Amino acid sequence: MNAEFKIQNSAIVEVRGLKKYFPVLSGVIAQRVVGWVKAVDDVGFAIRRGETLGLVGESGCGKTTTGRCLLQLDRPTEGSVLFEGQELTAMSDEELRPLRRQMQIVFQDPYSSLNPRMTIGQIIAEPIRVHALARNGAKCRDRVAELLHVVGLNPLMADRYPHELSGGQRQRVGIARSLALEPKFIVCDEPVSALDVSIQAQIINLLEELQEKFSLTYLFIAHDLSVVRHISDRIAVMYLGKVIEIADRRELYENPLHPYTKALLSAVPVPDPLVEAGRERIVLGGEVPSALNPPVGCVFHPRCPIAIDECRKAVPELREIKPNHWAACIRA
Amino acid sequence: MAPEDNREQVATERAVGMSLATGPSERSQGQWSGVWKQLKRNRLAMAGLYVVFFLLTLAVAADFVANDKPYYMVYHGRSYFPLFRSTLVKLGLAKWPAEILNADFKTLDAERILFPPVSYEPSDIDLTAPFESPSSKHWLGTDKLGRDVMAGLIHGSRISLSVGFVAVGIALTIGVVLGALAGFFGSWVDLIISRIFEVMLTMPTFFLLITIAALLPPSIFLTMAIIGLTGWVGIARFTRNEFLKIRNLDFVTAAIALGVSSRKVMFRHILPNALAPVMVSVVLGIAGAILIESSLSFLGIGVPADTVTWGSILNEARSNTFAWWLALFPGAAIFITVLSYYLVGEGLRDALDPRLRGSK
Repeated sequence: MNAEFKIQNSAIVEVRGLKKYFPVLSGVIAQRVVGWVKAVDDVGFAIRRGETLGLVGESGCGKTTTGRCLLQLDRPTEGSVLFEGQELTAMSDEELRPLRRQMQIVFQDPYSSLNPRMTIGQIIAEPIRVHALARNGAKCRDRVAELLHVVGLNPLMADRYPHELSGGQRQRVGIARSLALEPKFIVCDEPVSALDVSIQAQIINLLEELQEKFSLTYLFIAHDLSVVRHISDRIAVMYLGKVIEIADRRELYENPLHPYTKALLSAVPVPDPLVEAGRERIVLGGEVPSALNPPVGCVFHPRCPIAIDECRKAVPELREIKPNHWAACIRA
Repeated sequence: MAPEDNREQVATERAVGMSLATGPSERSQGQWSGVWKQLKRNRLAMAGLYVVFFLLTLAVAADFVANDKPYYMVYHGRSYFPLFRSTLVKLGLAKWPAEILNADFKTLDAERILFPPVSYEPSDIDLTAPFESPSSKHWLGTDKLGRDVMAGLIHGSRISLSVGFVAVGIALTIGVVLGALAGFFGSWVDLIISRIFEVMLTMPTFFLLITIAALLPPSIFLTMAIIGLTGWVGIARFTRNEFLKIRNLDFVTAAIALGVSSRKVMFRHILPNALAPVMVSVVLGIAGAILIESSLSFLGIGVPADTVTWGSILNEARSNTFAWWLALFPGAAIFITVLSYYLVGEGLRDALDPRLRGSK
């Protein structure tokens, strides 16, 4: 944990020792906790102002929960989340409300992220009304039209219902909604993984454009490594509730230090048959262990090709192995 | 998917203009228009719906369909509209002209007279004609006091339907509020409210009704209240389940992330999306309430003795078994009404079920 002291000053979001455990209950009337799913277990990182931090990992490794914990949509079990120096975990829902203007989220599933009973106009106008950002109805409508234009939609769409739109169009509406509050920081929770590849590119380009235009900071959560590589400045890799490696994009892709990252990168197909044929592929054995009962020591050791006895004993700290390149592996 | 639906899809995309062309958005989101379209294909449900509308109209217009006062008459060279005037008199807006005050219009020597289709009121006692079997004079016969059964059925539909609606209205209010609270807040709120559901479910509702109705003076409002106060558990559980489901959808999380207050999240985002399945139990609940009211009046404890209801007519058949019309017609009325509501409810359930979309 306690990683990345150097960038603290420029950090917009700082996470320290973040834990989110979900109780596993048993019994009907008198429910007992029979175990904890450690969705996020002792995660620490910082996001610099204006950058895009990519967060990658397999399904179920805690990426989404981490994103939701940052915005206090899931309250962390332990740890601290600092947004521009303010501790969010200690705030009540009421205290958080004004801060919500500055941090937003874009969801993965464009079908469930829009209320089917509201028009596009009402959906985008809601944050404006809640935070009283428009003086009157006409101003509000103008703002909605402007936002639709910004995300590349026809302002006439304000009168339509979500089910009349395609997935890509809906995702644009979701982006427009989060932009309505002029946030500084947006958690993009797999914003393109539910879309066709051609639409993915459009949405990614839109997100990049908007970042430049409104100087946004992104936490970009994804499982698609090529998408993350395209959009991120730095990348954090998660495995079973822990961040196991953080580095600049180029550094991470060229010199991965953690054996899991290496395996992950070797699974990405290369669009060159010669390189592809000559490439060595690391195939991991076994399955991801259950977050209900994670392995002792390094969580990756049961599947790690280079694990030694030490790995079973202590949880490896995330340490700076090269300048700005952090990994949680004693063998790196 | 039917070809015409596809055409519609294409037309919509074209109308939207910038067709970014991903897969067709087939996942209709339970819009009422889609539900209506689906319901229209279900013939039984539509038949039920027509019957329900017919009964509602009949109940509203009962005074103008079955009444012992004529719509129009010419008496001693002057025109009168006694039926309409009687409405005004009841409201205190007019008085009867002296010449037809307390007149028996049937025996009145009028030059011209036009009666409603059923020229009796349910309370018109004619002791000269008890237990008359169905005839052109009394279409569905008379009871032991010579009261017209047809008129009784028509006016009785008011009681049945209003008991159904008011009782379910009460149940809906309690059920939605408790179900929403339990589903939205979860944890200990849910725990307590769910235990209340279970306690309510263990109560033998019908015997409770009989006991209360027997202890207190019979009144239609009491009947409505008792049925409503004991019948909300189904609606509450439906609402709770829907809230639990919808609470975790992304658009609700988005609303919370945008800083929308809990109250608004509940009422603007979750409730409208939760109501559709609740409607099914409302429609079925109306049928249930009508049945309970009929049962209570059959036992002679639901409504005051002089009020004619479907159940009370049926009750007379019990001691006068030869008068088959006293059993058949009110029985059929109850059967058809309850069946219609059930058909509509079942149809609504199917129409709301996305798995059945596009089938049939």
